[in-house]
Amino acid sequence: MAVTEDRLFGKSIKRREDPRFITGQGRYVDDLKLPGMTYAAFVRSPHAHARIKGIDTTAAKAHPGVVAVFTGKDMTGVNSLPCGWDLRKEKGIPGVVQDLAMVPHMPLTSDVARHVGDPVAVVIADSQSAATDAAEKVNVTWEPLPAVTATDKAEKGPKIHDVPTGNVAFKWALGDAAATDAAFKTGGAVTVKKRIVNQRLVANAMEPRACVARYEDATGELTLWVTSQNPHVHRLLMCAFVLGIPEHKVRVIAPDVGGGFGSKIFLYNEEVVCSWASRKIKRPIRWTASRREAYMTDAHGRDHVTDAEIALSKEGKILGLRVKTTANLGAYLSTFAPAVPTFLYGTLLNGVYAIGAIHVDVTGVFTNTTAVDAYRGAGRPEACYVLERMVDAGAAALKMDPAELRRKNFIPKFSGAFNTLVAVTYDSGDYAGALDKLMQVFDYKKFRAEQAEARTQGRLLGVGFSTYIEACSIAPSKVVGALGAGAGLYESGTVRVHPTGMVTVYTGSHSHGQGHETTFAQLVADDLGIPMEQVEVIHGDTGQIAFGMGTYGSRSASVGGTAIKMSLNKIKEKGKLIAAHLLEASPKDIEYVKGQFQVKGVPAKAVPFGAVSLTAYVPHNYPEGLEPGLDETSFYDPSNFCFPFGAHACVVEVEPETGKVNVVKYVAVDDVGNVINPMIVDGMVHGGIAQGVGQALWEGAVYDNDSGQLMTGSMMDYAMPKADMLPAYVTDRTVTPTPVNPLGVKGAGETGTIASTPAVVNAVVDALAGLGVDHIDAMPLTAERVWKTIQAAKAGK
Amino acid sequence: MYPASFEYHSPTTVKDALGLMGKLGDDAKLLAGGHSLIPMMKLRLAQPKHLIDLRNVPGLKGVKEDGGTIVIGAMTTWYELETNAIVKAKCPIVSETASIVGDPAVRNLGTIGGGLAHADPAADMPATAIACNFEMVCEGPKGRRTVKVDEWFQGLMSTALKEDEILVEVRVPALAKGTGAAYLKFPHPASRFAIVGVAAVISTDGKGTCSKASIGVTGAGTKAVRAKGVEAGLSGKNLAGAGAIEAAAQKGAEGVDVQADLQGSVEYKAHLCRVFAKRAVEAAAKRAG
Repeated sequence: MAVTEDRLFGKSIKRREDPRFITGQGRYVDDLKLPGMTYAAFVRSPHAHARIKGIDTTAAKAHPGVVAVFTGKDMTGVNSLPCGWDLRKEKGIPGVVQDLAMVPHMPLTSDVARHVGDPVAVVIADSQSAATDAAEKVNVTWEPLPAVTATDKAEKGPKIHDVPTGNVAFKWALGDAAATDAAFKTGGAVTVKKRIVNQRLVANAMEPRACVARYEDATGELTLWVTSQNPHVHRLLMCAFVLGIPEHKVRVIAPDVGGGFGSKIFLYNEEVVCSWASRKIKRPIRWTASRREAYMTDAHGRDHVTDAEIALSKEGKILGLRVKTTANLGAYLSTFAPAVPTFLYGTLLNGVYAIGAIHVDVTGVFTNTTAVDAYRGAGRPEACYVLERMVDAGAAALKMDPAELRRKNFIPKFSGAFNTLVAVTYDSGDYAGALDKLMQVFDYKKFRAEQAEARTQGRLLGVGFSTYIEACSIAPSKVVGALGAGAGLYESGTVRVHPTGMVTVYTGSHSHGQGHETTFAQLVADDLGIPMEQVEVIHGDTGQIAFGMGTYGSRSASVGGTAIKMSLNKIKEKGKLIAAHLLEASPKDIEYVKGQFQVKGVPAKAVPFGAVSLTAYVPHNYPEGLEPGLDETSFYDPSNFCFPFGAHACVVEVEPETGKVNVVKYVAVDDVGNVINPMIVDGMVHGGIAQGVGQALWEGAVYDNDSGQLMTGSMMDYAMPKADMLPAYVTDRTVTPTPVNPLGVKGAGETGTIASTPAVVNAVVDALAGLGVDHIDAMPLTAERVWKTIQAAKAGK
Repeated sequence: MYPASFEYHSPTTVKDALGLMGKLGDDAKLLAGGHSLIPMMKLRLAQPKHLIDLRNVPGLKGVKEDGGTIVIGAMTTWYELETNAIVKAKCPIVSETASIVGDPAVRNLGTIGGGLAHADPAADMPATAIACNFEMVCEGPKGRRTVKVDEWFQGLMSTALKEDEILVEVRVPALAKGTGAAYLKFPHPASRFAIVGVAAVISTDGKGTCSKASIGVTGAGTKAVRAKGVEAGLSGKNLAGAGAIEAAAQKGAEGVDVQADLQGSVEYKAHLCRVFAKRAVEAAAKRAG
C-alpha cells in the first residue's frame, strides 16, 4: 500500500468536487427526473398586507394538465412552521425582558397575507408551464390592509399579528446596565453616540431553493429532495412539528446544493406543502424557485437599526459601550430568527477589547416583509459592525489613530479562557499579534504618507481597520439549550472501513460549497496515513447518515471534523487489538504509524492497515470476543464555541465628483486556528470579503414603506458584488490553535463577511475625514449617499 | 420563470414579416435578439401571443459603407459592432458604446435595431445615436422612410417607429476629420445600465476651437435627449481655455426630465449629467486633437 510521505493536513489540495461542478455534471434537486413527476406553482400575495376574502380555484382546476389545486383550508391537521428558538422568562432563558410571541406561520396562509410573496395556494400540474399558467387563474379576493416595512416604524405601524404590544416580537437585554451607566459618568470620559443602520440583505445563493417530494403509497415512505444545509433538521422539524408523520418513514436528501449562506438552513413553506400534497395526489412533485421567488421568500439577513454609545477615557481606554437595537424579524418567525439578534449578536459586543462595562438592549419587531434569519455571520457581523464603527468614532473624537486606539484596548494574549462581560468565554487569542502581522503586510506608515500626498491633489484616499472576533463551531448543546435552542448542536461522523481498506466517511455536516468532500477526505487520509483516493465522503442524506445537525455557523471542520476524528480514534483502537493478535503482541505495545500497525519502535514488525481491515471482515484468525467489522460512529458535542479573530485593512479611493467608492486594496490577516486546506480557507475568506464589501457598498433589500413592495426584487436592481468591482486581496494568517477540539481548528466560513463590512465603511469615513466627516449612518455606501455626505460636509464648513 | 405560451414565427423576408404583423396585429411582437423582451415575458410582464423572429431574414444583418455613411443592418449584434473593422475605423464611438452594452450574452444576441426600437431609457446606444446623428430606416407596407434621430426617441420606451413598420437599417455618418467622439457612463451597480450616460462628438478647427458639438444624454430621464445647452456652450469656444468645457457642461441636465429612483435623486442624477457631460466632452475633444 502506498503511504503518503508528507502530512496531508495543511496542504492546498485541489477540490475533488470541482470537476463535476465546472463541467455541468453536478446533480442538483432540479435535475431530478422521476416517473409520474408533477410540478408545483405557488400563488402568492401581491400585497404586503391583505385579508383573504375568498379564493376561487375553479378556473385553475379546469386548466388543461392541472392535477390538483390546494389552499390553506385544504391542509387540515397541518401545524404551523416551528420556530426553533425560544425566548421566555418561565424557561429561565437569560436576558428576556418581554417573552417571544410565538406567532403562527402556516404553510399556506388562509386568513391574512403578511408580506409580498406570502403563499396562499399551490397549483400542481403535469408540466411546469401548465402549473404556472393555471396559477394565474386562481382568483383571490383581497382586502388590502395598511402595511409597515421599515424597522424603526414597526412598533407604531399597523398590527400584523395578535401580539400584546405593537408588533413587538420580544425584548431582550444583556450586560450590566448600572455599571454601564456609571462608566459613562466617569469623570473626564469622552462619549460618542451614533445611529448605525445595518441594512437588510438577500442571500442570493446561486442555486435557488428547490424540492422534490415523492410519497410511495405501497410502503408509506416519503422521500424529500431539498436544497438544505441540514437535511436531518428538515426531517425532524417537518415530521415532529408540522406534518405529524413518522420520522422513520421519511428520508430527506440534500444532494449537490449551490450555496446557502444560511438561507437554506430553515424549514420553508414550499417543501412542507409539496411533501403534504405528494401524500394526497400520490405522485412526485417538483418545485424550483424562480429568482424572483428567491428574492421574495428566501429568509433575508441583518436589518438592524441601532443607537450605540461609547465612552472612552482621555487616554483612549474604552470605559463603556451602550447599545440599543431594533431588529426586524419580518412577517413571521423563521426557524432560528430569535437567536440571531440576541445570543449571536449581544454576546459578541465585547469584541477583542477589554471594555469597562457593556449593556445591550434588543427589541425584535414584526413587519410586512420577508422573514429575517441567519445570513453568513448571523448576528456577529452586526455586532462587529457596531463595535468597529464605534471604536473608529471614538478614535475620531479623541483625534487618535484608530489602529493605536485598538492596540491600547486589546485583551492581552491568552490561552484557555477569557470571560467577557457578555456571557461567553473566549477559547484562545492573540489580538495584538494579528494586528502586528497586518501592519507588516500592509505598510501603514507608507500609506499615511500617500494619503497626505493624495489630499493635496484633491484625491480622497482612506484606510479602514477591523480587528474582529467571532464565535463559531456552534455549539455546546447544554449551553444553547439553556439559551433557548430547540435543538442540540453536536455532530455525527461515521468512518466505515471496507474489507479492502477503502474508507467511506459519513458526516452530518453538509457541503454546499465548502469543499467537505476534499477537506474531510484529507483529514481522514492524513490521520490514517493512507492515500486520499481511498477515502470517499458521503453527506446530505438521512437515509445514509446516522444524524446530522448540518452546516452553518462555521462548524463543519471543528464539530463535524472532530466527530470524524473520534471515529478514527475508535477505528485505530480496534485495529490495534486485531494487529496485536496477528503479531502475537500485547495491544498496549502496538502503535499506528503511517498506514500500519506496528510493535512500538519496531517498524519491521507490522501489519498494514488493509490487512487489519481485511481481517476484521474475514475473522478467521481473530481476537477472542472481539466483534468483526471496522465501522465506527461518534457524536461530538463541543465543550465551548471557538473564537476566530483577525485584523483586516481596506483602502478605498472616493471620487469627489460622483461619490463613487473604489476599493483599492484589501489585506486580511485571519486566525482560524489550524488549517486543514489553506487553499479552501483562502477561498472562503475571499468569498466572505466579497460578501462583506457587497454589504458595505452595494447590496440592500429595499421595501417601499407605503406600498410594502420589494423594490429590489431581481439581480437587475439588487447589486451583487462582481469580480471587476473588487481588488485582488492580500490574505495572510496567524495560527492560534483552539484548545476546544483535538484538531485545533476554529472555523473559517464567516470571518471575511464579519470583518470586511466595517473595514470598508471605516475606510470611506477616513477618506472623507479631511472634510470633517466622522460617520455615515446607513449602508450601502452608494455613490449618491457618499456624494450627499460630501456635499453636506462642504456646506457645513 | 416560465413565459406564457406563444407561437413562434420565423419569416425569411421583410415582406413576410410585415405580412405577419398585419395579420396578427397587437398580439404579435418582433423578436430582434430578445434580451429585453424575453426577460419581460419570463416575468409575465409581457405576454405576446406571437413572436416574429427577425434573425432569419437575410439582408438585415451586417455593416457596409455607402459613401460617407456606415450602413448597419438592424439585426447586427452588439458584438459585431464592437469588432467590425469599418465601424472601428469610421465611427469608433459606436464600437465602444456597443462594447459596454449589457454582458457578453447580451452582446452576442442583442441587436442595434432591437435596442433602438425598444428605447430603454437607460440604454447606452441612444446617447451615441443622438451625438452621431444616426438615421433610422423603417420599412412598412407602403415602403421605406428615414427618420432622423432627433425625431426618433419620443418618450418612455416609445419611438417614431409605427406599429406596422420594422426598423431595418441604421445609417451612421462617418466621423469627419478633426472630430473626436466618446461615450462615458455611470453604470448601475447591478444591471450596468446607464444611471447616466453621455456621448459627445466634438469637431475642432485644429487650433482647439470647437466648430461643432453634438451631445446625447441617456439614463437620467424617460428618454435619451440632445443636450442643446451644452452644444451651444461649446460651439465657437476654445476648449483648451480654462473652464470652457466645465462651464458648458453645467447645462448637461437641461432638457432632461430627470427621474428619481433607487439609484439616485433628481438632484444627484442631474449632477451626474453635468459631470459626465464634462468627462465625455473632455475625452472627445482630446481625440479631436
